[in-house]
Amino acid sequence: MRYAMAIDTKKCIGCSDCVVACQVENNVPIGYCRDWVVEATSGTYPELFMELRSERCNHCSNAPCVRCCPTEASHYGMGGIVLVDPDECIGCKACIVSCPYDARFVHPEGYVDKCTFCIHKVEKGENPACVDVCPTKCMYFGDTDDPNSEISKLLKKRKWKTLIPEAGTEPNIYYLT
Amino acid sequence: MKEEIIVSGRLNPTIDPILNVWHWEIPLYLFVGGLVAGILFFSAFFTLKGESDKFHFTTKIAPMFAPLLLTIGLIALFLDLSHKLYFWQLYTNIRWESPMSWGAWTLMLIMPLSVLWSLSWINDLFPKWNWKFNFIIIMNSYIILYRKVIAWALIILSIILGMYTGILLSAFNARPFWNSAIMGPLFLTSGLSASASIILLFSKSKIEKHLFTKIDLMLIIVELFFIVHLFMGYLAGTKVHIEAADLFLGGVYTAPFWIFVVIFGLVFPLILEIMELKGKSIPAIITTSLVLFGSLMLRFIVVEAGQFSRWLY
Repeated sequence: MRYAMAIDTKKCIGCSDCVVACQVENNVPIGYCRDWVVEATSGTYPELFMELRSERCNHCSNAPCVRCCPTEASHYGMGGIVLVDPDECIGCKACIVSCPYDARFVHPEGYVDKCTFCIHKVEKGENPACVDVCPTKCMYFGDTDDPNSEISKLLKKRKWKTLIPEAGTEPNIYYLT
Repeated sequence: MKEEIIVSGRLNPTIDPILNVWHWEIPLYLFVGGLVAGILFFSAFFTLKGESDKFHFTTKIAPMFAPLLLTIGLIALFLDLSHKLYFWQLYTNIRWESPMSWGAWTLMLIMPLSVLWSLSWINDLFPKWNWKFNFIIIMNSYIILYRKVIAWALIILSIILGMYTGILLSAFNARPFWNSAIMGPLFLTSGLSASASIILLFSKSKIEKHLFTKIDLMLIIVELFFIVHLFMGYLAGTKVHIEAADLFLGGVYTAPFWIFVVIFGLVFPLILEIMELKGKSIPAIITTSLVLFGSLMLRFIVVEAGQFSRWLY
């Protein structure tokens, strides 16, 4: 099993509902976010191209944060979801500097926090909060090891990219382009 | 030309807009760690060579500072932790892939060994020292009996400690400026050089001073070579590595790095030591302060610049 997320950049309108849903669902402290929206504009005027991306931890298959953690607080959970165990985290912040996506932060209580793919919901067979709430239904969550899952079919049919693939982290958030 | 503007809604404290999670504690610890590694290395090395009397300060007096300096480093490391009460988790896990874990275990071993090592020299330094209890005298004689074993352990551990202070940074692929295998040897050399300069300052023996001026001179030349190598490696690398090197070649860190680290910390001491070896009398305090200052600045600048450099997408 390999949990992953596909986000359709053609359908995303950058409303940030995913960000708010995450903050509510996971009780993210005020001023912090586990997911965020990026607006990337490229090209030279007048030929400009804009892409909206809902970003979060990439739950990498080769996660540097898991490798560099001295206490096994950062670990792979069910379906390869990258998790932090607050009771094992010493707050050394090595995982924060090891992440090329800067997806982690220090929770005000001291431990390191980040996106969990809403594992508490996924365990019950539900979708992560951000996926559920998206008004344009541009986000897809599922198992890429299962060739019949909606996400696997989408990734076969559509063109996609991942972020900083050259860093070699094997990210599992796919952006449909 | 293709241009890209990225607007992100993320503003997590200490992460955005520029990563800044490691502050003064880490560079201070890296400095002290390197210094202790050098002190213990030279002490163990000259003991094994059987020259502990010839190099009295290096082998017997300098190690007395090691446990104290290590304690300062450990306090700094502890202060850096944001989830402090869980620090013991470091010692319920051994993670071969994690430089942080290597460091934690090395410190766990080197700290008590450095105490034993200094204790073994107490009788040489203070012949009238009264241990008061018989069992301490017996224990102490055991330590002295196994001095060679401890010396070998210290040589290995001090190289690991000195090297690890750089590898801790170089292991992070996500921070292009740290991501060079030269960091380990560079920090080890810098630590050895800092400790050699301490010996230079406090030693009262002319032979010892002369030898350590030569050793420090050599280490400084090696360090300069490593710095050139570091930048050549980046400039021959990927776009992100070139951008990281540019921070030092015209970018924000150009002035502090080349002035404080290279000119004050390496070139000036190099010239002073050459003059010293040519027979001119240079006050050791000047050379030592410059070397220590350069060594400390190297760590502060590298730790900050590494967090400044990043992958862009």
